[in-house]
Amino acid sequence: MTSFFNGVRKSIPIVIGYIAASFAFGVFCCTNGVTPLVSILFSITNLTSAGQFAGVKLMLEAASLIEIGVTVLIINLRYFLMSVSLSQRLDSSIPTWKRMLIGYGVTDEAFSVAINETENVTPAFMAGIIIPETIAWLLGTTLGAFASTVLPANVLNACGIALYAMFIAIFMPNFVQSTPMKIVIIIALVFSFSFEYVPVVNQCPAGLKIIIGTVVAALIGAIFFPIKED
Amino acid sequence: MTLVYILIITFLVSYIPRVLPLVLIRKPIKSRFIKSFIYYVPSAVLATMTFPAIFYSTGNQMAAMITSAIVVVLSFFKVPAEAIIVISIVLAFVLSLFV
Repeated sequence: MTSFFNGVRKSIPIVIGYIAASFAFGVFCCTNGVTPLVSILFSITNLTSAGQFAGVKLMLEAASLIEIGVTVLIINLRYFLMSVSLSQRLDSSIPTWKRMLIGYGVTDEAFSVAINETENVTPAFMAGIIIPETIAWLLGTTLGAFASTVLPANVLNACGIALYAMFIAIFMPNFVQSTPMKIVIIIALVFSFSFEYVPVVNQCPAGLKIIIGTVVAALIGAIFFPIKED
Repeated sequence: MTLVYILIITFLVSYIPRVLPLVLIRKPIKSRFIKSFIYYVPSAVLATMTFPAIFYSTGNQMAAMITSAIVVVLSFFKVPAEAIIVISIVLAFVLSLFV
């Protein structure tokens, strides 16, 4: 039990951040005609901001299932790495069904908390993080979705910017931090602007636009600026 | 019906990458190339999805462009995301009354 409550205590900053982020997601969904129920279903099944945002965005642009699947998969590939390193910290006696439950809640924030633990990570500790973070994620989505239905049109329109603003708040500190990251982000931006404004190229399917820009930028980063081994 | 398929697919591509290593893989990834690629993906994808879409996110392009410029500056100085969310909505709203 102490390990569970230790997790809960560590989840408090995550909870605050998640309510704000998923609120922005709920608002985004509703300003684009997605019902509150569907927004909440996306939040339960995906539990990730960038991935589910891309999923909804592509759904609205009537992208194919394959486009949606591949795009969201690429966005979520980082979780694979996180789970690989988290798996090193789980005791080998932990049964598969508990591992399957822990897997549901591996998010950027839960991972960074868990990996900074000095002791071995227990299922109870992970539950202490994952349960509050999931509740916060669903609560924020619900609040955002329903707030959208009562706000006046001009306020609602202004709310459409929130999720994008949050994304800027996430990637800008990385941009500032290193030259390779600056180059990768600028390449990604060159692609996204070209896909919007260059004739012919801008007819490319929405999912491919995201995939091509992201993959080319990240590949150039990986080839020319490989990260330091730890 | 399409919606159900989209939910199932996005669930699978969100869940499988997280759970597979926990139940199957017991060794760390060695490839520096793969680690580097995955390291760059989140920032690249967020930048791609944000610009230029943010300019068209409020129905008032000028207000949205000014707001995004201010948000970029605030993020440069590491203002927390929660504050940025609130500030961006207020700015986009107030600016839309004037421009």
